[in-house]
Amino acid sequence: MDSNNYLKDIKDIKNMMSQSSQFISLSGLSGVLAGIYAILGAIYVNGLLLNHYETYVTLESDTFKKIVITALVVLTASLLTAYVMTVRKAKKLEESVWNPSSRRLLINFLIPLVTGGIFALLLLRHGHYGLVAPITLLFYGLACLNASKYTLRDVRYLGITEIILGLLAVEFSGFGLYFWAIGFGLCHIIYGGMMHFKYDRK
Amino acid sequence: MKNIIQNINKAFDHRIRLGIMSVLMVNESADFTTLKELLGVTDGNLASHAKALEGEKYIVVEKQFIGKKPNTSYKATKEGRKAFQEHIDALEKLISKT
Repeated sequence: MDSNNYLKDIKDIKNMMSQSSQFISLSGLSGVLAGIYAILGAIYVNGLLLNHYETYVTLESDTFKKIVITALVVLTASLLTAYVMTVRKAKKLEESVWNPSSRRLLINFLIPLVTGGIFALLLLRHGHYGLVAPITLLFYGLACLNASKYTLRDVRYLGITEIILGLLAVEFSGFGLYFWAIGFGLCHIIYGGMMHFKYDRK
Repeated sequence: MKNIIQNINKAFDHRIRLGIMSVLMVNESADFTTLKELLGVTDGNLASHAKALEGEKYIVVEKQFIGKKPNTSYKATKEGRKAFQEHIDALEKLISKT
């Protein structure tokens, strides 16, 4: 009886089970970069607000338009970076980028995220500016939590952290930008860095 | 000891069959191309091993058309899941004994 053979069998079984149900090519470094974009965006927006001399930022003002454009630029840059780096990592791991597990990951990530996005836009339309930062954090956290079943474990803890930050941001509204910078900036850098050192540097 | 070896299932005594069953244990179903990519095997190889498992009634094959393309997908049966679980348990016992 060769018990080494059986040990290898069990290892193969475990590998196949996780590979076929989880998308493991998510790049940690892209998280770090997304975090840096978010912090740069937050610094820029903070500067805009300091130079804004009226008491309120209204929907029609230039400042508001600039804030929205900054947010969209940060979002697009993050998504693009994540896509490019994930494709690169998938090539290295010889995993195809578009497979059933990545599809499941994407769908389960997008459902809460799009819900939150629409919710935030509706809030803006009805003039509840203060709740937009917490809502985006909360729904992003829920999206991560939901997607974490189909990818690396760390995404789950990122999601939980974002949810806690989102709730805190509701309580301490008025500091929305700071919570936003912590949630989308700092958290991405920390968790992205952790994932990079844990999985990518082998 | 004799008891344990009896539970080692001959039907799973191959890397590809082991792979097919592992994937089907954690996924509701998997199609031919996905299995092929995951296991890194050729069409003929996968087909013959899938056939063997089908013969044991451990998996079922579903053929359908998606648009004009034929699509073959596999599912583990209840007996298949039970047999595979017993096989894993037996493997684990063997390793812990030695």
